[in-house]
Amino acid sequence: MPTLANYLIASGLLFAIGLGGVLLRRSIIIIFMSLEMMLSAANLSLIAFSRFGLVSGQQNYDPQVLVFFIITVAAAEVAVGLAIIVSLYRARRTTHVEDLDHLKF
Amino acid sequence: MSTVAWITLVSPLVAAALILLVTRSSKPLAAGLAILSSLIAALGAWIIFTRGVDADFHGFNWVDFGPSFTLPFGIALDPLSRTMLVIVTSISPLVFIFSLGYMKGEEGYCRYFAGLALFLFSMLGIVLADNLVMMFIFWELVGVSSYILIGHYFQKDSAADAAKQAFIVNRIGDFGFMLGILLFWIATSTSTTAGTISFAGLNASAGNINPAVLSVAVILIFCGTVGKSAQFPLHVWLPNSMEGPTPVSSLLHAATMVAAGVYLLARIFPLLSASPEAAEIIAWTGAITALGAGLLAIGQDDIKRILAYSTISQLGYMVTAAGLAVSAALPMFHLFTHAFFKCLLFLSAGSVILGMHHEQDIWKMGGLKNKMPLTFLAYCAGMLALSGCPFFSGHYSKDLIMACAWDHHRGVFWVVVIAAALTPFYMARQALVVFFGSPRSEAAKHAHESPRVMTVPLVLLSIPAIGAGWPFIEHLFFHEIGPLAEPEVPGFVPLVFLGAFVAGIALALVLYGKAVKDPLRIPLLENRFYIDTLYEWIVANVQGGFARLLAFVDRWLIDGVLVRGSATIIWTLGFALRFLQLGNIQAYAFFFGAGVIALIYVLLTVH
Amino acid sequence: MLLSAFWFFATLMIAFGTCVVLLRNPVSCAMSLVMSFVSLAALFFTLDAPFIGIIQVLVYAGAVMVLFLFIIMLLDLRTEKSRTLNIGATAGGVLVVAAFLCILIRIVTSTSAFSLPIPPQHDPQISDVRMIGMTIFHSFGLPFEVLGVLLLVATVGVVVLSRKTLR
Repeated sequence: MPTLANYLIASGLLFAIGLGGVLLRRSIIIIFMSLEMMLSAANLSLIAFSRFGLVSGQQNYDPQVLVFFIITVAAAEVAVGLAIIVSLYRARRTTHVEDLDHLKF
Repeated sequence: MSTVAWITLVSPLVAAALILLVTRSSKPLAAGLAILSSLIAALGAWIIFTRGVDADFHGFNWVDFGPSFTLPFGIALDPLSRTMLVIVTSISPLVFIFSLGYMKGEEGYCRYFAGLALFLFSMLGIVLADNLVMMFIFWELVGVSSYILIGHYFQKDSAADAAKQAFIVNRIGDFGFMLGILLFWIATSTSTTAGTISFAGLNASAGNINPAVLSVAVILIFCGTVGKSAQFPLHVWLPNSMEGPTPVSSLLHAATMVAAGVYLLARIFPLLSASPEAAEIIAWTGAITALGAGLLAIGQDDIKRILAYSTISQLGYMVTAAGLAVSAALPMFHLFTHAFFKCLLFLSAGSVILGMHHEQDIWKMGGLKNKMPLTFLAYCAGMLALSGCPFFSGHYSKDLIMACAWDHHRGVFWVVVIAAALTPFYMARQALVVFFGSPRSEAAKHAHESPRVMTVPLVLLSIPAIGAGWPFIEHLFFHEIGPLAEPEVPGFVPLVFLGAFVAGIALALVLYGKAVKDPLRIPLLENRFYIDTLYEWIVANVQGGFARLLAFVDRWLIDGVLVRGSATIIWTLGFALRFLQLGNIQAYAFFFGAGVIALIYVLLTVH
Repeated sequence: MLLSAFWFFATLMIAFGTCVVLLRNPVSCAMSLVMSFVSLAALFFTLDAPFIGIIQVLVYAGAVMVLFLFIIMLLDLRTEKSRTLNIGATAGGVLVVAAFLCILIRIVTSTSAFSLPIPPQHDPQISDVRMIGMTIFHSFGLPFEVLGVLLLVATVGVVVLSRKTLR
């Protein structure tokens, strides 16, 4: 039987991979995708806690509601973020992150 | 009766304000207002004196922070203040009227009378004050009036400098005075009651104060006297204050203002007598001053400066008398007689100066006794009183001081006796050179007697100059202040005194009887013991050096290190932090992630 | 059986996640991410949260990733040319990830409470859609409504941001 530790480590690994993607990849789209991966890892963690933490004999449904909200907000965030990336691309003609440093000192 | 007291105090102030604000252009009106106010004050003073009022009128609270800290303004009427009131207000109208003649045709006439009225107000404030702080306020006001009046001819550099010197040297003494007031306030405050600075309260609690603290506080208050009454080492301002008009010299710097220091000592007499160490220091200071000033008077050639040093010497007598701690009446008695005869001497000197068309060097005078007979008689009365000639007023007070000195403090006695021998010497010197012999200059040949407006006050002042020391008058004014019984002294002591008087006059006759120029030239005396040079050196080097040090601190430490240094540090920090703005998203993500990791780590390891 | 399901889908999820980070072609990355999300949804099923699993597939894999693919196509992204490697940045990234993993392992293995098996439910037949619905509309009504407003704002924002020219 899988234990909570299993799920948490899986979630943590997914989060670490996403973090690595954000820090190491140079294309803005890929970075954004890794960001979504990090969010999903958090969702997994939440659902695991929902199942393992019983409230009066039943699984706790509040984390599941939170996951519901997170997914919704993530969707909205992706839409807006991609719109920003599109206008950025139209202005700068590049998706390479190292070229986007106009706020440098 | 309180209204009478308040009117007495305030009328000169009203006159001063009116003169300054309203009557700028009208000379007779200005003089008239001043004289009127002094007469009103005199009337009020005599009423209070004859009624024998003993009261403490509370005026108002100048500062009121509740029972723990209030500064009241009030009038204290007791035998001491009544007598002093009479002295001040009796002399002032005579001097004011004398000024009518002396200052006629001088510039700044209205300003002069306003200054005199302000001075009278301040002096009355000192006399009537019922607590130390109020007295201190009026003390400073008197200093201001003195500054205004000494610097009357302010276009002259010497007069402006003299006024500044007077004020600054007084201020040095007042610093000690202030510290003394604070110390008394602290010493008399207990855990339940606030400290007291009223004379009644302080004198009553003389026994409760720690003796060491009491001595220190009395010495500090004595510093005020050292400044105001021109004791050694703060005596340097009084001779220079002779730059002011002669009536000012007579009123302020002979009779009343400089006597305020002695009055202060009489006011705190119970405290003084409770601390023998302080009394010792006070007595010796007075004795040294008396002797030193007497020696210096021998070498002076200016008619007013001789009298100025004589004043310093007599003030030394009064301070010595206070330091003998016999009774509050002892210094006050000499103050009483001195006020009259010294004022008389100065006014007659003023008459001489006016007759000589403002020539003040005695070696340019001569043979004036025939040209100015009334002035000469008045001068003689004053001179004999000052020298201690029997039957004149000065004899009684000086004799009493010397007898008490013999009784209480032998060392001081001998110093005082030598000073007593010098006094008739230099006074006779002055009389012989100025009034006898033949005229030594054109001005002396054409000298004439002063107008009546000036000679009448002279005559009027001669009366108390002669008679103020007589026993029944002494009894009238002083029997309530303190015991003035002549102590038992061996018979030779009064003879010593008499001998000193005769010897001084004889020596002067010998040296100066027929002199055309001064046969005695002692550089030490002429340079005033080099004290002035010393003070100049101190101011230039010590103060100048200190000022340079402070300038260095201000420029390099405060300005450079603190102000600019902190600004530079902040700027450098900002400059360094700027390099974190890389503009690179991944760099920011890295910092973010690293920060979160660090935070989690800290939260884990610290619980 | 649950354990083998967990291991299978977890390995799949991690593998496809790694592919997202390592592959060069953006479309390949997007597809790997889709597979990762589907595996994640499977894991949700093993945790007795079928509703959330379905929602994950529908919204995330279905809508969000499709949007990503649309944008990749719109921007005409090719395989990104590899530039010179920045050693410092790479080292920093690897360091942070490694540190995170260490902390994670440490926390998870610190207590024994995490090692317990799935506790049994009182009534395993209760529909979780119903329960989630009850929870939302009983306790979280306001956030739910705000969420609606948020979606509206996002829509308007996207329209404004993607206008062709700024007049």
